[in-house]
Amino acid sequence: MKLLYASIAAALIAAPAFAQDGEHTPDPVNGEAVYTQWCAICHNPGPSHNPGTAALTKKYEGTDTNPVLAERGGIPAPMVEYFVRNGVSIMPFFRKTEISDNDLADIAAWLNRDAQ
Amino acid sequence: MKLPTGVTPEMFAAALQEFAAVIGAQHVYSSDEDVALYRDAYSPAWGEEEERTASAAVAPASTEEVAEIVKIANKYMLPLYPVSTGRNLGYGGSAPNLTGSVVVDLKRMDTIHEIDDRRNFCVVEPGVSYFDLYAEITAQGKKVLIDAPDPGWGSLIGNALDRGVGYMMPMYRDHWNAHCGLEAVLPNGEILRTGMFAMDGAETYGENKYGFGPMVDGLFSQGSAGIVTKMAFWMMPMPEHFIAGRVKIMKHADMIPLIDHLNYLEDMGLCGQIQWGTPLVLNPNNVDPALAEIHAQPGNGTVEQFEAYAAERDLPFFWVDMRFYGSRKTAMTQWEYAQELMSDIPNVRFELMTDVSFPMDEEKLKTVTSHVTVGVPEMSIFSIGARSDLLPTPRDGHLWFSPLVPRSGEAVAKAQKVFAQAFKDLGLPSPVGPFSAPRTWIYRSFVMVLSLGVSRSDPEANKNSIAAFRRLCEVAAENGWGEYRSAPIFQDQVADTYNFNNGMMKQVQQQLKDALDPNGIISPGRGGVWPARFRNQD
Repeated sequence: MKLLYASIAAALIAAPAFAQDGEHTPDPVNGEAVYTQWCAICHNPGPSHNPGTAALTKKYEGTDTNPVLAERGGIPAPMVEYFVRNGVSIMPFFRKTEISDNDLADIAAWLNRDAQ
Repeated sequence: MKLPTGVTPEMFAAALQEFAAVIGAQHVYSSDEDVALYRDAYSPAWGEEEERTASAAVAPASTEEVAEIVKIANKYMLPLYPVSTGRNLGYGGSAPNLTGSVVVDLKRMDTIHEIDDRRNFCVVEPGVSYFDLYAEITAQGKKVLIDAPDPGWGSLIGNALDRGVGYMMPMYRDHWNAHCGLEAVLPNGEILRTGMFAMDGAETYGENKYGFGPMVDGLFSQGSAGIVTKMAFWMMPMPEHFIAGRVKIMKHADMIPLIDHLNYLEDMGLCGQIQWGTPLVLNPNNVDPALAEIHAQPGNGTVEQFEAYAAERDLPFFWVDMRFYGSRKTAMTQWEYAQELMSDIPNVRFELMTDVSFPMDEEKLKTVTSHVTVGVPEMSIFSIGARSDLLPTPRDGHLWFSPLVPRSGEAVAKAQKVFAQAFKDLGLPSPVGPFSAPRTWIYRSFVMVLSLGVSRSDPEANKNSIAAFRRLCEVAAENGWGEYRSAPIFQDQVADTYNFNNGMMKQVQQQLKDALDPNGIISPGRGGVWPARFRNQD
């Protein structure tokens, strides 16, 4: 994980800060709903019918990193923003009519729900 | 940022202000970061001069707002490019044909107006995805099935307008053909309704697609006659039962009688979509070196080499999965009849793959290899080009090259040879060989689809993919095989292959475009049709 964080660190530094509403309090309940709608369709557990999980299983082969994003924990909000807004490999980026800036914060809150 | 010819920065700024007054400033996207999200994520021209990019995006929430946007765009001569969900990846995504166009993002128009499971149709807006409709069908307990394409996050309307395809019975899996009337905002801002929607108070808008008089719906498919804001679709009633049977043939030439039998069965309405497979393609995460060696030859391996490989391992050369819907008795009878008919193929083998009742639940779905064949949208297609042993550095996307070839074994064999030779001539590894199977999504014609890799960091690889696509397009046309669909960057070339009588079809399309859209506002260049304002410009 440290290596992954390092590899995207420069991009995160250059990336704009969250443009979420100033008053927005991250909402994990909405985060789970948005994650289910937009992320789980590729990142559900099990590589069969889940190409995102299949690709991450290969990426993290030989490590102890969980390829199922919803089960991993410890995914920082800027990392969620980076991948949603930039895409990676065959995963395209997502527009704000699909996943708003507030939604991004909510997804991060849900992914890290056990760390609260 | 580059603006289209005839649009000054002052005109552009004034238009954005007026858009914001209609739909709210929060739904006008003009910052670099926001507009970048409308790039084609799979563009083979990523970062290059010829990449097609938008100048801004607007996201209206109603037909009336769309109409106001179109009127403002006319006032400032600002071209628009509508997208439904913008997920047409491999065929252009959300990026426009003309750089500097403003994307009209219809994702906020996501109302499901109606699902009728007695007369079997639905009425939806462009922002409704296959996943959205499936969720609503499930929530309401409706007894109808969606015919979905490979990725379930696409729009029913967007997919139909690009003549996308699916996986069940012929009348449903040709998604354009399954539509039944539409509502659209014309280039002058007026609202049009077609089919029975054209009659105020008509009761058969979801059932009869013709109404009366000349049909104009076709101008909207792969076209630019307006912005479609609503469509009805015929839906398949949920059957009692699903049977999937696999037919295995041992020799390459066996596909000739196999396809003849399949044509008969399908054209009699006795089976659903037929999906081809083969053990002779490389398994991304379990690569057999012996098979890889055959594939590695210039122009790929020969029929004899692949047959020998298969025979040594008692593998079939091809298999086809046939799908049957109905009661268990009728579906099983159709499968048994298919086996009876095809038993004249030497050494043919049959295997019952799935035998399961509707409605589906998670346990039942585990017995179904392809969820879309039972009306459940999914995303498995995104495993293509993903990280694997075969591809340790994953792709960043792909182009689909999709030529139409006749439904005969002879034609498939010819296409395999012709395209493999084209790659050999280009000095590129050939992904085509005797193992290349036809796709049967489009009713009554095969697509010999090819995926060409795209990278965001390797411009040379992209140049190879573009060169390969352009050459394949030429070679296909020389053999009488036209593309059914392509990304904007290739649409002019593809359109020009439809060249009978000095391209009379395009001339008529241009005349209609100019009459309907004299300012060239809606999707200039889509389908290779440029309005007079932009014709013959570099």
